[in-house]
Amino acid sequence: MTNPIGEYIEMISARATDPEILKKAQDGGIVTAAYVYGLENGLLDGVIVADTAEGFKPVPKIARTREEVLSACGTKYSVCPNVSVVKNAVKEYALEKVGFVGTPCQIIAMKKMMQYPNAFRETVGNIGLIIGIYCMENFPYNGIKTLVEEYASVQMSDVLKTDIGKGKLFVYPKDGSEAVTVPIKETIPFEQKSCHVCMDYTAELADIATGSVGSPDGWSTVVIRNKRGKDFMDKMLAAGILETRPLDMESKGGYPLLEKLSDNKKAKNAKEIERRIEMGLPVPY
Amino acid sequence: MSGCTGCVISFADTYEKILDVLSAVDLVYAITLADGQTKVTETEDKILIERLYPDSIDIALVEGSICLDDPHAVELIKEVRKNSKIVVALGACAATGGVTRFGRGGQNPQPTQVAFVPVAEVVKVDFAVPGCPPSTDSIVKFVMAALEGDTDYLEMYADFVKYQDASGENLIKQVISQSLCMGCGTCAAACQMRAIAMYDGKPDIRMEMCINCGSCILHCPRIRMPKLKGLLEV
Repeated sequence: MTNPIGEYIEMISARATDPEILKKAQDGGIVTAAYVYGLENGLLDGVIVADTAEGFKPVPKIARTREEVLSACGTKYSVCPNVSVVKNAVKEYALEKVGFVGTPCQIIAMKKMMQYPNAFRETVGNIGLIIGIYCMENFPYNGIKTLVEEYASVQMSDVLKTDIGKGKLFVYPKDGSEAVTVPIKETIPFEQKSCHVCMDYTAELADIATGSVGSPDGWSTVVIRNKRGKDFMDKMLAAGILETRPLDMESKGGYPLLEKLSDNKKAKNAKEIERRIEMGLPVPY
Repeated sequence: MSGCTGCVISFADTYEKILDVLSAVDLVYAITLADGQTKVTETEDKILIERLYPDSIDIALVEGSICLDDPHAVELIKEVRKNSKIVVALGACAATGGVTRFGRGGQNPQPTQVAFVPVAEVVKVDFAVPGCPPSTDSIVKFVMAALEGDTDYLEMYADFVKYQDASGENLIKQVISQSLCMGCGTCAAACQMRAIAMYDGKPDIRMEMCINCGSCILHCPRIRMPKLKGLLEV
């Protein structure tokens, strides 16, 4: 039987030891810490991030310094076509060890590209690390904008951070005032429809997959899946970049929650795929 | 066939990897790379150039589209099909017609030649490998998989034969307007013409720049998913 969260070598709870990273990061700052460590120690020479443009809009960007990585911290809950700049990173920036972070669907796209690199000449060998983030679904930019501006009454340009957890969407304003929350069920109509045919919650093809689910607040659950991920992680741990603790395998908020959410997504979207097939609509095959 | 030889150059551009390929195969017909088939006969009033396409070929990589107005081309591709176990449309022109689809004829030295079609419109094609040109890595991977008989890997290319009209327009019809596009941006990176830009997380296609190479269609994970086997370790 296949594992509900995909193949992996090891799972841990971790968070960055760097206080600046931890302060800016979404949860445990794993992606930021890995990127900064990779850039500063020559394991990566450029990384693709979802930078925040005006109006809390995510745009893919190629970052090469700690500052650039830090300025892109945090989840934006909107579509950011990170794969679109992969070839630029290799061809125009002449990068040889590119770090990539993306949602599970983007990781699938990357892996497909690496397996069938027809239009990506001499690109595959220049990918240094692929980090996946857990993803239930995403919102089109105007979807999250409506939620933030109409439901939470915060202007997009005033948003410091957004977060989804504990059944709510949290919107943290820049002025430091308390987070405004929107119940998750209000957000459902704004979900991107194309996310409903996706059968991957935990980025099952990434070198390393990470996200908050399964770990306490301020920590992230890190799933190390292959040799490249393991090698990178071992170096990071040896350098003291991350503080770790064993993943809670027992209690409801620990690993069982991760497994449950993954199963839920797969069951829900399997139904949608079935519905589309019944209606004669195409599905990815 | 009717192509620019770019795909063959891409194939030859594999540096040391071409040795792996060449040591595994016996290259019997490749005019650009090693011409052992051309016979030149000089008579008093003319020079006769003949090329014989050999019998019992295992795998034929065909580059370029087929010019229907050129009887030699049509004859040759039929012979290729007859004498080869596997016929591969290598590159955009062979797979989808590519840029030759925009041919309007009237050009020297053959002003009467107008019709250029993908190989699969003339003969049965087993695999189509799009790209303008397909990258060196992808050609090596394809040839190696074909030699090893890795049918799981090859399925992607076997399936692509049916996309003879692949273009940016298909991306709109088959992915975006079927609400399958999740905005990963792979098509924009794949497009060798830079005809695709991402706006608000969706591809915007400048059709006047599209050359029907089919790269975006091949790469889109929302048309066809890759086989999971071995994917984690790529």
